[in-house]
Amino acid sequence: MFEAIAFYLFAFLTIIMFYIAVTTSQALYALTALAAGMIFISAFFFILGADFLGAVQIVVYSGAVMALYAFGMMFFDTTRDLKEKKGNKYIVAGLSTLAAILVVIIFSAPIVGDNIKALYPVVEGAGNTQEIGLVLFTKYLVPFEVAAVMLLVAMIAGIVLAGKKMDASLTLMSEEEIQELEKEKNKEVLS
Amino acid sequence: METAYLIETVVKILVILLVFSALAGIGTYFERKVLAFMQRRLGPMNVGPYGLLQVAADGIKLFTKEDIVPTSAVAPIFKIAPIITASTAFMAAAAIPFLPSFTIFGYEVHPIVADINIGILYILGIMGVGLYGPLLGGMASANKFSLLSAARATSVFISYEVVTGLSILAPVMLVSSLSLIDFNEYQSGGITEWMIWSQPVAFVLFWIASFAETGRTPFHLIANDHEIVDGFGTEYSGIRWGLFFIGEYANMFFVSFVISILFLGGYGDGSFLGALGLLAKMSFFFFFFLWTRAAWPDVRPDQLMWLCWKVLMPIAVLNILVTAIVLI
Repeated sequence: MFEAIAFYLFAFLTIIMFYIAVTTSQALYALTALAAGMIFISAFFFILGADFLGAVQIVVYSGAVMALYAFGMMFFDTTRDLKEKKGNKYIVAGLSTLAAILVVIIFSAPIVGDNIKALYPVVEGAGNTQEIGLVLFTKYLVPFEVAAVMLLVAMIAGIVLAGKKMDASLTLMSEEEIQELEKEKNKEVLS
Repeated sequence: METAYLIETVVKILVILLVFSALAGIGTYFERKVLAFMQRRLGPMNVGPYGLLQVAADGIKLFTKEDIVPTSAVAPIFKIAPIITASTAFMAAAAIPFLPSFTIFGYEVHPIVADINIGILYILGIMGVGLYGPLLGGMASANKFSLLSAARATSVFISYEVVTGLSILAPVMLVSSLSLIDFNEYQSGGITEWMIWSQPVAFVLFWIASFAETGRTPFHLIANDHEIVDGFGTEYSGIRWGLFFIGEYANMFFVSFVISILFLGGYGDGSFLGALGLLAKMSFFFFFFLWTRAAWPDVRPDQLMWLCWKVLMPIAVLNILVTAIVLI
């Protein structure tokens, strides 16, 4: 009974939150609703007994949306309404309806075809976390490693893009060195 | 069974809520007294014996003060922010075993609300969500100092979550479980089996990161006192401001519990002495939070980032590597 109550409560909350995130023209409302929705989704993992995934959902998405806040802070005055550029409403509505139908078909096709079978049965005595480890390092080893390599590539690219003059650290410099650096910068600007 | 379990859980939640709300209030009294003694002052003395009733006076003031929401602030977010800080602090407490299990009137009580097998991950995640309070409060206030404080909150969160996670990974590899009760069982053999002897580096890293997590003094950047204003709390007044404080102090208590359980043996074998030991260790870590506030200046934001990314994170990764090699 509690599971049913929790499911309907969190389903309702999640849908409301994402609805706000999509429809509002206030950046702060949108971001907050997005973060709340992501965190409410973790409740479904907890209801299904996948504690590890639930906790990871909270950790990962709270951090990810936090980074979005940082960008929001830099680009907008987040306390004011934004004027959104709206194109042809019919195209937008049509495309999103089509996308939604496609997603439903993609996820329901295997269920209709009755092709979903649990190939990796539950290991006796292994906890939730251990089971994820077992599956990740046997069946999904290659996708797991490829994802790791892709993240590494993205990280190196980020460092290269952001890391101009990374060898100089203001923390380790003396006052004179910092002033010299400032002078050099000013020269570049003036010349 | 079902009803008994339900009643037990509700009672436990209520007890934790009441005890730690009260402790958060008393924590402010302790902080004032400790700071005062370290600075050769007397601290609060006038309200009640030794100023003990100062907590009640503060409570009355906070609850009855006019609650102001600035006209240009984003009102709903502004109102939600303090609730997020306070509620996430108590949500994190759900997975902390505060005492060993004991028997009362022939009924065995486990002083933990939910013994989920990913306890430590859950606690760290929820505590991370708690930083949304300062962030949202700062961004919704429509005040530039609050906004700056919110920006610092983001940078601290993004940096120190990494150190916390990595430092805890090596002990988790040793115990091969994420439950705090398993951590306690692993170290139940006495003082020589404490995690601090086998993982001293992880202990120091986690301890440093916990200061950032709770926003205490060497990393008190979120509400930067140097700007004379109170960072994200500038526009807050009355009970909303009080909620931020309840969250912060409750978080300090919970982090102290977590450090004691993770690295210092927790409640040991579960005897009465072990329970007292856990409370003593927790009190020491709480006292240490106050001690550093009296003894240390705040660091600059760039120093904090430097410390996190160039010192603590490499050490944490090395620690994991060495632990893995030793384990294999």
